[in-house]
Amino acid sequence: MGIVAGCDVGSLTAKAVILKDKQIIASGIVRSKARPQKSAENAMSEALSKCAVKQSDIQFCVGTGYGRNQISFVDHVVSEITCHAKGAKFLIPSVKTIIDIGGQDCKIMKIDQHANVINFITNDKCASGTGRFLEVMAQVLNIDISDLGGMTKQSNSPITLASTCTVWAQADVIKHINDGVPHEDIGAGINTAMANRVSILVRSIKPEKDICMTGGVAKNQGVISVMEKILGQRVKKIRKFDPQLAGAIGAAILAHEKSS
Amino acid sequence: MRVSGCDVGSLTAKVVIMNNNEIEAKVVLRCVSSPEKSAESVMSQAVSQAGITLSDIDYIVGTGYGKERISFANHTESEINCHAQGVYSLLPEARTVIDIGGQDAKVVKIGDQGQVNQYVYNDKCASGTGRFLEVMSETLELPIDMMSLYHEQAKEKLHISNQCVIFAESEVVSLINEGKETPDIICGLNTALAKRVSSLAKSIGIVPDVVFTGGVAKNSGVAKALEQSIGLPLTAYPLDPQISGAYGAAVLALKHLNAAKID
Repeated sequence: MGIVAGCDVGSLTAKAVILKDKQIIASGIVRSKARPQKSAENAMSEALSKCAVKQSDIQFCVGTGYGRNQISFVDHVVSEITCHAKGAKFLIPSVKTIIDIGGQDCKIMKIDQHANVINFITNDKCASGTGRFLEVMAQVLNIDISDLGGMTKQSNSPITLASTCTVWAQADVIKHINDGVPHEDIGAGINTAMANRVSILVRSIKPEKDICMTGGVAKNQGVISVMEKILGQRVKKIRKFDPQLAGAIGAAILAHEKSS
Repeated sequence: MRVSGCDVGSLTAKVVIMNNNEIEAKVVLRCVSSPEKSAESVMSQAVSQAGITLSDIDYIVGTGYGKERISFANHTESEINCHAQGVYSLLPEARTVIDIGGQDAKVVKIGDQGQVNQYVYNDKCASGTGRFLEVMSETLELPIDMMSLYHEQAKEKLHISNQCVIFAESEVVSLINEGKETPDIICGLNTALAKRVSSLAKSIGIVPDVVFTGGVAKNSGVAKALEQSIGLPLTAYPLDPQISGAYGAAVLALKHLNAAKID
């Protein structure tokens, strides 16, 4: 009857997952607040509201993410890298390379068959190649970030952004909008620029199949399809759960392992 | 002999007209729609300032991002060469030039004959360029010229951990929301910018005397932060640091003329 939880507090979103007998019974994704504790509480409340479980029923909780050390109800903290690897393996058992693009960072991990991380590379210094890049561009286009993904397919003639730097690309996008370029062509160009930037990081780690994407940007089909072309490999899609939950899922699985 | 240097950058276009080694005119203009038009506008203002016409200039060297589009240039030279000449001809002890422009940054190492020995150039990342300050001035709602006044007034040492313009901007918004003082934020920003540029400079090694040029060199706060970051004093450039490229182009124009005479 083991009820455990994983809580992933990122700088932009906080995620919580509740596991019962190693089955995911509920999850929550909320926008992060200034204080990680508040973000974690909100994410957990959201998850708990979707199942017949109270906070006090949770036997063990593992915390991860940027705010992990500031959550009062967490029993143990684990790095994001380890949790993402664990979560991705649970979602796609054949995975060997995980591309996680979050709100403000990007991590690429290579794992062995036991989900041990054997190599990884991260970028949290440059906004380009992170969810932030897409957020900035979506704002310029005055659309919801979730609308960007479909533009690659809708576009007949995607633009080429002259630079991957978010600042220069933003100016470039403004110019294209002012020139009257169709928005789907601009959106497709944005997705391509994103995929180009991330692929450089992926290639540097010599990816092995199966490759999967986690994090919020994994919901952008445009970025995925361009990355597949660049890498010459399929990127397996996480279908049963929101790919943004991978870290929290991994944390919950580790909670299960720790409590057994 | 009258010569001119025309430096068409991505944000500003500059012209220097020299007559018998004296500067007759200097103009800095914000760029307009195309490099051609920017070059024409800035040259038109410069000849007007000198009270001459274009045909009175014996030789014109063009440089900068838009150099190939300067219709009236007799010759073009790389920005690197022009910046090296622009500094060395006035400061023969200069060995490292750190130039921060509106949208790029370059570091040039000069030999004892003024030759370019090594250089490194960034125009890919907005961090470490004038754009960093421009974005922050918008976030702080301050005219960019006012930003240099605040550095000296800083009391609390604030560390801006991000060098990326986008992430640093969010950091500034948080600091503003926390009620941090504007001079302290500006000092932190200048330090972050200086750190980025000094990393660039250190990648090829910094040799004194070090000279700081480019539009951003007019910001004394950044200059102070840069001195601290590189751990060496900066030798002041005797002209407007924003025209060093155009001045260097004018110097090279003179060299071309003299060489042609000898032939």
